[in-house]
Amino acid sequence: MTEVLVGTKKGLFALQGDPGAPFEIAARAFAGEAVEFAMRDPRSGRYFAATTNAFYGPKVWLTDDPAGEWHEAEGVALPEGGDDALKRIWTIVPGEEDDLLYAGGDPGVLFESRDGGLHWELNMPFWEQPTRPEWGPGAGGLCLHTISTWPGDPSRLALGISAVGVWLSDDAGKTWRHGNKGLLARYLPEESREGSIALCVHNMHRAPKRPERLFMQFHGGVYRSDDAGESWNDIGEGLPSDFGFPLVVDPDDPDNAYVIPLTADMDRVTPEGRVRVFETRDAGSTWTPRGDGLPAEDAYLTILRQAFGGTGAGAGMQLYFGATSGEVFGSGDAGATWSTAATHLPPVYSVRVS
Amino acid sequence: MASVILRAPLSEMCGGRTHALEGATVVELLRALESIHPAVEGWILDEQGLIREHINIFVNGEHGREDTRVDASDRVHVLPAISGG
Repeated sequence: MTEVLVGTKKGLFALQGDPGAPFEIAARAFAGEAVEFAMRDPRSGRYFAATTNAFYGPKVWLTDDPAGEWHEAEGVALPEGGDDALKRIWTIVPGEEDDLLYAGGDPGVLFESRDGGLHWELNMPFWEQPTRPEWGPGAGGLCLHTISTWPGDPSRLALGISAVGVWLSDDAGKTWRHGNKGLLARYLPEESREGSIALCVHNMHRAPKRPERLFMQFHGGVYRSDDAGESWNDIGEGLPSDFGFPLVVDPDDPDNAYVIPLTADMDRVTPEGRVRVFETRDAGSTWTPRGDGLPAEDAYLTILRQAFGGTGAGAGMQLYFGATSGEVFGSGDAGATWSTAATHLPPVYSVRVS
Repeated sequence: MASVILRAPLSEMCGGRTHALEGATVVELLRALESIHPAVEGWILDEQGLIREHINIFVNGEHGREDTRVDASDRVHVLPAISGG
């Protein structure tokens, strides 16, 4: 039995089922609220959800039972006495130490919890970056959406922010530096590109078995880094479009990654009315469409940044993604074939598999 | 003491709809509410002490802001705005 946590515009849905058949809704929580992200920490089994209540603001919640009572985490706020308030939490990820978790949010902020998610603190060195006054948001806000840990080494972190590029730390977040070499912001005038930090990273994932390798979906461009995020090479050739949001990496194969292209930044739907996941098995040299079982005509879907996740590895890897049209699609054979896991949900914001 | 009147889910978090609180301004009343019921910290006022964008405050039926003066006989309603999606 697989559990898929689906964050939507109107609540969290915990789906349960097996690949190849419709899933059942085992639990719904936060009815009526936007659930930006939800995940289950594999170490503790604890569930986390990031909500943005239209009236009462962003919160992080945790529970041991998604159908039961959720508890609000403490400390998920910006320092008092400033100009900014926290707008949204975009991601929550386990760290590389016991009980350590990270959360990223808008306006470009990183939180840390060292007690399994009950209490959180703002990472002050990142909050106090001298260039912060110059940071600008993407269309979704100034969102810190990617926190990429290094397996077995808690000192090394990579962050992805729309639209302030890649940030790297080798000392567990005490100091930060850019990792933007090679990224090309085609949306900027040519004369403005050199040295600009207005870099709209859409998503980024590390290959756990070769952690110096990361894949990135950029705002126009798909990239790979083989030097831990210091520099990037465009690997988007062969895709119908190099615009898109979500990205998944096979945890066992550093050459294997998946993207879901959208037509363009001005037309954020699946190209040609066909829903297809594109897979590379050679680190981006070539891409193969994987659409068997997905809508193949008159299907103009939008798949958002966090709405693609997987579990397992290799040929039996399970993949799931959701669309703003309320459908969730799944594959139990690493994308070779797909089926519809759920329909008629609210617009899907995030998909994670536990 | 002024009366602060809440709706769900705030009323559930604070154990009732109506709360008699001390304060000379709206923000002082809301801070007093938070001190008695810490669960609502961050729900009405953001971390900068500002009323959240989609919360409406009415003092005796008139729209109020953080610094609106309140008297002991005033009734202060905390309402979700007619907005959102």
